Order: sequence, then C-alpha cells, then structure tokens
Amino acid sequence: MASLDVLVQEARALADGQVMPSPEGEVARVLQICNACRYCEGFCAIFPAMTRRLEFHRADVHYLANLCHNCGACLHACQYAPPHEFQVNVPRAMAEVRGRTYAEYAWPAPLGRLYQRNGLTLSVALAAALALFLVLAVALRGTLWGATGTTGAVGGSFYDVFPHNLLVSLFAPVFGFAVLALAMGLRRFWSDVTPVTSGQPVSAPASAEAAGHVLTLTYLDGGHGEGCHNADDAWTLARRRFHHLTFYGFLLCFAATAVGTLAHYLLGWPAPYPLWSLPKLLGVAGGVSLLIGTTGLGWLNLRRHPLHGAPAQRPMDRCFIALLWLTSASGLALWLAAGSAALPLWLCLHLGCVMALFATLPYGKFAHGIYRTAALLRHAVEKRLPNPVGLGAD
Amino acid sequence: MGTDVLVIGGGNAALCAALMAAEAGASVLLLEAAPRELRGGNSAHTRNLRCMHDAPQDVLVDAYPEEEYWQDLLKVTGGRTSEPLARLVIRASSTCRGWMQQHGVRFQPPLSGALHVARTNAFFMGGGKALVNAYFRSAERLGVRVRYQAPVQRIELQDGRFVAAWVGGERITAKTCVLAAGGFESNREWLREAWGRNERGEWPADNFLIRGTRFNQGTLLRHLIEEHRADAIGDPTQAHMVAIDARAPLYDGGICTRIDCVSLGVVVNREARRFYDEGEDFWPKRYAIWGRLVAQQPGQTAWSVIDAKAVGRFMPPVFPGVVADSLPELARRLGLDETAFMQTLNDYNRACRSDHAGHFDHTVLDDCRTEGLAPVKSHWARPIDTAPFYGYALRPGVTFTYLGLRTDETAAVRFGDQPSANLFVAGEMMAGNVLGQGYTAGVGMSIGTAFGRIAGARAAAAALGREVRHGLA
Repeated sequence: MASLDVLVQEARALADGQVMPSPEGEVARVLQICNACRYCEGFCAIFPAMTRRLEFHRADVHYLANLCHNCGACLHACQYAPPHEFQVNVPRAMAEVRGRTYAEYAWPAPLGRLYQRNGLTLSVALAAALALFLVLAVALRGTLWGATGTTGAVGGSFYDVFPHNLLVSLFAPVFGFAVLALAMGLRRFWSDVTPVTSGQPVSAPASAEAAGHVLTLTYLDGGHGEGCHNADDAWTLARRRFHHLTFYGFLLCFAATAVGTLAHYLLGWPAPYPLWSLPKLLGVAGGVSLLIGTTGLGWLNLRRHPLHGAPAQRPMDRCFIALLWLTSASGLALWLAAGSAALPLWLCLHLGCVMALFATLPYGKFAHGIYRTAALLRHAVEKRLPNPVGLGAD
Repeated sequence: MGTDVLVIGGGNAALCAALMAAEAGASVLLLEAAPRELRGGNSAHTRNLRCMHDAPQDVLVDAYPEEEYWQDLLKVTGGRTSEPLARLVIRASSTCRGWMQQHGVRFQPPLSGALHVARTNAFFMGGGKALVNAYFRSAERLGVRVRYQAPVQRIELQDGRFVAAWVGGERITAKTCVLAAGGFESNREWLREAWGRNERGEWPADNFLIRGTRFNQGTLLRHLIEEHRADAIGDPTQAHMVAIDARAPLYDGGICTRIDCVSLGVVVNREARRFYDEGEDFWPKRYAIWGRLVAQQPGQTAWSVIDAKAVGRFMPPVFPGVVADSLPELARRLGLDETAFMQTLNDYNRACRSDHAGHFDHTVLDDCRTEGLAPVKSHWARPIDTAPFYGYALRPGVTFTYLGLRTDETAAVRFGDQPSANLFVAGEMMAGNVLGQGYTAGVGMSIGTAFGRIAGARAAAAALGREVRHGLA
C-alpha cells in the first residue's frame, strides 16, 4: 500500500487536475460514491459485493472489475453520471481496469503487452497464420486449386492437402501453450483476489451457482430479467442471446473437433465425416450458431452507447468478434467446398483463422471468460458469508 | 397538430399526468425545462414509494394499513395536512404499482442500509432515474411529444381557464394544462427572501445546499400565486431538509451526501456546543429534522464527531472525514475552539454511564443514555475516546419546498376558492396540501404519483369533453 505522504501528494495532484487517476484509483473513487448511494444494488453482483467493503484496494478493484459484465444498467440509472460533476461511469471505470488486469495477469508477463494494440496483435497473427498455411500448401502440393492429394482426384480429403500428423504437430503445441498461458494467468488472478474475497475455499453450492451465472449470463438480464442496455436506455435481450449463440456455438465447434479426434485415434475413423455423423453435426450446428452470434454481437457493438465501456478496448472486442466470425464462416465454406476444386484454398483460410484464434487466446478478448468466471466463483463464495460491514440501519 | 393536454414539467408527477392523458386518448405535449441528460427533476434522485398494503405484496412485507400510514403522516406533519387529500394519496399508493410496472418501472426488495422501510416502501430498481427513463420511453411510445430545454415563464388565463403557455417568445396553446414543474428550492434568491435575516444578522439560506435539480426555480409557482392570484398553501420556509455533508455540490448532490453517523457520536455547532439529542431515535426517522436544526445554528453549520468505534456501523460517507489522533487535534483541524470543544466532549464523556457500555447496540433503541447532561443523548451514548477521531461538517440540504398551490381531490388549481375547469397541478407544486411540515420517506413520490395520475386523467377528460372514469379520483 502507498504511504500516507504519497496518497496526500496524489490527492493534491488530482485536485489540481495535474494527473489523471489510475484506472484502479478511478474505480475506488467511483465506488466510494456508489457505496454511499446503493440505488443499483438490484442490477448485478458488483453492488452487493461493494457493500461488503468500505475501502477499495487494488485486489478488490481487480476482482470487482472482472465481476462487471458492462451491461450498462447502472450507467443509465445513475444520478451521478456525466454531465454530473461526479462523473460516475461504473461500466467504463471497470472496463478500463479489466483491460489492465488481462495484460497484468498475462503469462508470460512480457506478452501482456500484446493487449495494448490488440487489433494489431490479432491482425498480425491472422496474417501470419494464413501465410503459413498458404505457403505450406503451395510448398507441399504446388497449387491451391483443383486436384488435391496423392489420389490426384478433384476434391477428396483435406488430409490430402495437409497430412494429419502435420496438422497435429502444428496445432497441438499452440493449443497446449494457450491452455497453459491461460491457466497461469488465472492462477495469478486467483491468488490475488482470494484473500480479499474471504479467503475461504470454493464449495460445491458456490461452484454450482457460479456455473449457472456463467452458462445463463444472469448479469446481462438487468436484474429484472428483461435485458441490458446497448444503444440507449431501453432494455434488450439481444446481447445476451447473441452471446449465447457465440458461446455455445464455440463450444459445439470445440466439441466437434474433440469428437473427431477421438474418432480418429480410438475408432480409427479419419475425417472427412458424412453430414449425419456426430462430428459434422456438431461442427455445422456450432459453426452456424457462431456465425449468427458473432454477426449479432458485431452489429450490436457498432451501435453501443458511446459511454459504455472503454473506447480504447473497442479494437480488441471487434477484432475478436471478427476473428470468430471468420473462423466460423471459413469453416462452413470449407464444408460446402467439400469435393470441389476450391477445397485446398478454403482449408488454408480456415486453418489460418483457427491457428490465429488459438495463438491469441491468452492475449485477447477470450480471457474475459476465464477471469469473469473466476470472479463469479469468488463472489459465490464470499456472498455465503456474513457481511463484514454491519450497518446500524439494518 | 393541436394539443389537447399540455404538461409543464418532466419529473414523476408530470410523466404520470402525460401517461394518463395519452392513455385516455388525448394528444399530449410535455415541456421539460432541463436538457435531456438532466431531465426528470428531483424524481431522478428518489428511490422509493411509500405504499399502503393490507397483506404482503411482492417486494413489500407484512402489512401497512391505511390507518397506520395516516397516523404516520399525521405525526410527522404535526397535523399540518389535509385528511381527505392525504387519505386519497394513501389509497392510491395501494393500487398504483401495477400501472407503474406497465410503464416499465421495476421494483426490488429494499437496499442494504434501508431494511427499516422494507414494510412501508417499495424501491425502484435502479432508483428514480431508471423510473424517469422508463416513463419517458413509455410516453414516447404512446405518442407524447417531449420538448427539452423548454422552460415556461408564464401562462395566459381567461376567467380561471388555461389558454396558453409561453416558452420564451413562443406561445403554446392547448385545451387543458397540468402544472408539475416542482417547488422553488433551486431559486437561491427566493430562499433568501423566504428565510430572511436572523437575529445574528445572517441570511441563513445563503448557506443552504440544494440536494436536487437546479431547474426548480419556482417561476410558475410565483407567477400563479402573485400574478394570477391562485390559491396558495404552505409556508415558504417549510421544506424537506436534511443535514448533509458540507462539501456536497451546490446542486444535485442527491442521496450520497448524507451523513449517517450522527446518532453514533455527538454534533457540535460553531461554538463547539451540542444543541440537540443525537440519539433521539433511529437516524432514518430523524434525518429529516436535522436540516432545520443545523439551519438554526450560527453559520448554518455543525460537525458530527465520532470515534473509531463507530466506523463500519453506518452508511459509508461519500467524502472522507477529517481525521485526528486526539480530540484537541480534531478540534484544531475542524477549526473549532479547542477549549470549548474539549469542555463539551469531556462533559459528554463523563455523562455516558460506564455501566451502560456493555449494553450498547446500534441496531436497537438501546437506552444507553447520558445522565445529567443537557441536551440529553437518549440512546447509543458511548464515550468518544478511541482514536482515530473523525469529524464531518454538516450543512442544511434542501430537497424540496412545501409552498404550493391549493388544490382538491380533482387536482384542479383554485382561484378565489373556485376550481379551474382546465388547469391542474401535481407533484411538488401541490405537495404542501398534504405535507405542511415534516417528512416520511417515500411520501413525496406517493403524492406525485397519485396527483399526477389524477391531474392527467382530469386534464384529458376536460380536453376531450368526457366524464372521468369513476374510481380514478
């Protein structure tokens, strides 16, 4: 903790308008106001969590910022929102800290910088991955069009373009690294926020409750079940629904890949699979769901109220949505191109998208799901204990 | 397009009137003085509605029958109320919430720190600004035309009938009109005039802060009373007035500037003397008298002083307190006379009976009282002896004024004791009919909702030449 002198200096500098507060300092300032007001307590988990505290230190702020779903309800309902001189904008203050937590908890630490210009990060990753597969295909087969593989037939299996083992040797390490990096980041976040959220271990009921909130996106329901805000003070369930399509679509695609892998190794049944097979059904349903979900989220994002969230993070949000969209669209195109001369080209495009997505999972918007789940879990633990702040009026 | 009903104002009462008139089929124009982002008047700072109910109702527990509500109102107003109008408001509060929900208002269980009103008050989810947003959305869906930054300076009357309103140089006609433009609390000059000069030569109102909107200038209230000789009611110095943090902004400080630690310590004035029983009752039942108490002190200021034992037992204040490791140091930091301050604190600490200390419980009326001290502290009297010590400067914060237009159960404005056929009033502009003095949480919104709905229905009926549906008013 900063010494008193430093705090006093900071306060003076702030009062003189010399410096901007740190994002964590801004959250602490705003929550001091919110804690004296509390009108928003019914909206989400943040405000009940806030009432358990009288001061907001760094770890508290990191925890609360990741609990925030940026639904906008507390902004539109706020009597202290701009143009009020208190300039309270909880979703923005939280988003700015959230962005910093992604970078700060990223592993290995130097790669946290990839969050700073995340649009560029994702673009470069995509370009590199596309180039990798296109060059590889040309190098292996001499052409991206028409006849493929050893059989010389038009169409055929995409393992004729890239041998199965080659794909495994490219994707397995990248995916494994992404999982490791996310796990390391999560571990650091968890060890920071656990002491300020009672320090108690996770119980089964707490886990079940947190899982429910993650899987149903409870906190995009506005507290009344009728939705959150997007373009204005009206409620909409569109964001919640498009996020569901995106999230479950992603999971279905992932399940398709997993089932395919099992089929390959355990049943000796290699791709391509017919339409009425489990991997294909999962993949097509997931791809379509992901395509619709990301189209909707992108459309909503372009119409978001200008005061929602952190403007500097829009490229991160939009590029991630775009990359998911490209992944699903190229995957579906690949399916439709089966047996045609365009298959090798679509295969390269799809593999490039998937590779870029995997490689940037720990350094892009994907991390929000990990940290938010952790924050919801800590909240589910904390809320089961008596409130440490006892108010006389109650 | 001709306007049937003109609504002047943009807060809860005005919106209730506009919604009712539009529902009745009238064409409605609403004029709000504020720009869109500051719309809603004081309603944007509210949080609940005091509701009569004979049995548990969704967010309301137990029962709060009409008679108990009426007795509460009678007590806080000291009898300065109108029983028929008060009972009308009380009954309306038991049936209005379904209608409010139809127009997008959502209710929630009471907030933390407000469980004491779980039985009597229904809280708006997100507070009053969420209510105002919902009502504006609903009004626009119903075809109500809304104009912002359209303050009305005066109206034209003919034989007690509304003819037109003037916004700057623009003349706006309508068949009927509802006045719901708030009290005059934001008008510093008028407050100064009303409170006058005290025996110390001070102008007390110069030191008042305004808890709500800056747009309640009372322009139409004064115009109606002085130029059109409308029947008025109430005393211009009576208002909902709270002791708030002296550092609060001049306007729109709202709920968060309250100081909730008064009952846990002592309050001294500029001469470092105590002046009232800080532990008379639970703070939520006493906060509304402390604004006037502080207004009567020299410099219209006072200091709430607590010690470390009180921290965490009251709603956290928005601004940090002045902190010191000893009481003399706190006196110096607060700019109070050290000798007088120490005299007051030592007298108080000695008057706290040590055998009471074990009984202290800030969640009940614990009878931990001072002995041989004037004024007494009736509850929660514990010595202030544990560092660090905290001091919070207090000033009177005006929520809204009670001077208004006299009305009846039809919400009509009256001239020479005759009701106007097409001019109606609702909200703070007539709350003084029910609230002659004092306050009880959530009753302002009950009055605004009841009379806003009556005024809107009556104005629509008068414009459309219909009878008002029986049972509405």
